[in-house]
Amino acid sequence: MGTESVASTRHGAVRVVTGHYGSGKTEVSVSLAMRLAAQGVPVALADLDVVNPYFRSREQADLMTAAGIRVISSSLGHTITLDLPAVSPEVHIPLADPTCDVILDVGGNEVGVRVLAEFAADLRRRTAEVLLVVNAYRPETVDVAGVLHHLRAIEATSSLTVGGLISNTHVCRDTTVDDVVAGYRLTQAVSEQTGLPIRFVCGIPSALDGLADRLGAPVEGELLPIGLYLRDAWM
Amino acid sequence: MPRTLMKGNEVIGAAAIRAGCRAFFGYPITPQTELPEYMAAQLPKVGGVFVQAESEIAAINMVYGASGSGARVMTSSSSPGIALKQEGISYIAGAELPCVIVNVMRGGPGLGGIQPSQSDYFQATRGGGNGDYRLLVYAPASLQELADLVQIAFDKADYYRNPVMVLADGMLGQMMEPVEFRDDLPRMELPAKDFAATGTMGERAPRVINSLYLKPEELEEHIHRLFAKYEAMKVNEPLVETVGLEGAEIVVVAYGTTARIVRSAMATLAEEGIHIGLIRPITLFPYPMGVFETLPDSVRQLLVVEMSMGQMIDDVRIANEGRLPISFVGRTGGMVPTPALVAERVRELLGATAVGGATEGSGATAYQGVGTGSTTGGAR
Repeated sequence: MGTESVASTRHGAVRVVTGHYGSGKTEVSVSLAMRLAAQGVPVALADLDVVNPYFRSREQADLMTAAGIRVISSSLGHTITLDLPAVSPEVHIPLADPTCDVILDVGGNEVGVRVLAEFAADLRRRTAEVLLVVNAYRPETVDVAGVLHHLRAIEATSSLTVGGLISNTHVCRDTTVDDVVAGYRLTQAVSEQTGLPIRFVCGIPSALDGLADRLGAPVEGELLPIGLYLRDAWM
Repeated sequence: MPRTLMKGNEVIGAAAIRAGCRAFFGYPITPQTELPEYMAAQLPKVGGVFVQAESEIAAINMVYGASGSGARVMTSSSSPGIALKQEGISYIAGAELPCVIVNVMRGGPGLGGIQPSQSDYFQATRGGGNGDYRLLVYAPASLQELADLVQIAFDKADYYRNPVMVLADGMLGQMMEPVEFRDDLPRMELPAKDFAATGTMGERAPRVINSLYLKPEELEEHIHRLFAKYEAMKVNEPLVETVGLEGAEIVVVAYGTTARIVRSAMATLAEEGIHIGLIRPITLFPYPMGVFETLPDSVRQLLVVEMSMGQMIDDVRIANEGRLPISFVGRTGGMVPTPALVAERVRELLGATAVGGATEGSGATAYQGVGTGSTTGGAR
């Protein structure tokens, strides 16, 4: 798997992870942050989800902090379990540091990206890329039209332009390479229609094995193994 | 393995619409708000009605009215919101009207918190509203079961002309899982809704929907009729899943999310050579009493696991009829027990049995609230 390219792509990259509810933004964000940290990249993850009360990246703040990641969430702390729009102003700090990679893990749909208005000025000063997570198994994004509907709604509300796609089709622990292929095909179709590049192709490690062979072609975008950090072992 | 990934609250909405629900009245509350949000978006597409009421009390009374006019109707809320609906639920049961009520439980009492809990067991199974009435209560443990039971619940409500509650918790409401909407669910022959107030057109006597009986003889007779239905439910409706009872010394009793945590603990213990069984009630009323009467001789004690201080223990004691000692372990207030906690309690109990310790005396109940470290026991 392309393990080095994440670090070498762009130092100090700002990635804004958006998408439809339940597309897997949080797992993608945490997995990406953990991978960057493992490669020694200074990285901050800001959990900007003010929509969901559960399964937020801040739940893994201890794990990520131990890995050297700067984790930012509510101004009331990581452990307060409220769906309040109380985002910490600390988010501005890594956004002002051009040497630090920043992942903004935002809430679902166009509702979730409203919070980005607060950081519009910061994002203009950085090479920020808005990424859209595509999950072909979510009922509202099974086809190109569904994905584009959400893409446009997210762009309209955030006044930002989506710059890349993340393929993240899965059925949790039971995901196979076939699922990743199915999701990749949809992401590819969206890419063809919009001209947006595929930045990452996600899956649990066993489902990414032999993906290029199955496709019979090189994979566009980097393989990003998903750690299922938000999913307890019993789920 | 189905290839549609959904969130629990969406599953409830999709299942209800599939079951023919065309009216929903609710009020937002975490962690079930995606459900009214889903119904608001989807019901108009199928010619249905969604109203965000001004309060939970208004919503349940809209359910009363819609059901009285013959509609397939649902409301949902989370714990404190369900508390507000109790008066209406009692009226609906009294007026013998069908409806489905979904509780996505969170921590209590009072406003409590927004994390998952199972502390509305009493509220669901012992009323909450006034008077002699019961609800049929389903307790799904997966999103697939949620999809199935929500659909079945509508038929049962119509069949018995009684409210049916689907008791989920915040974890089930918020988690994502693959789900399939099956075409082979059992469907019931349903009576015509000849109670519905749909207008006489001058051709028949008015139908009156009411729970007021000022002659006590008539009210008593009415209640006896209600209880004939509840007795029929006790015969026909108990659902339970059992796992590995044969040869087990300890049988765990757990429902919903907690049963899944127990399954994980079972796997861990099995690796250590410790074999435990599981009784998972799928209906909480009627409670699956029968399974406790036919436990294998190997079973020496019962362990109840819940996300509450042990509200289901009362039903386990009723079902157990004093045969086996009952212990408890759980977390509450929005804390979720880990498989490790359950496994540790099992090891502790097995150790205690070996030395004849904490579970002395048949019928003794030892409670252990995590975090207090206190244990009270003895015959009760």
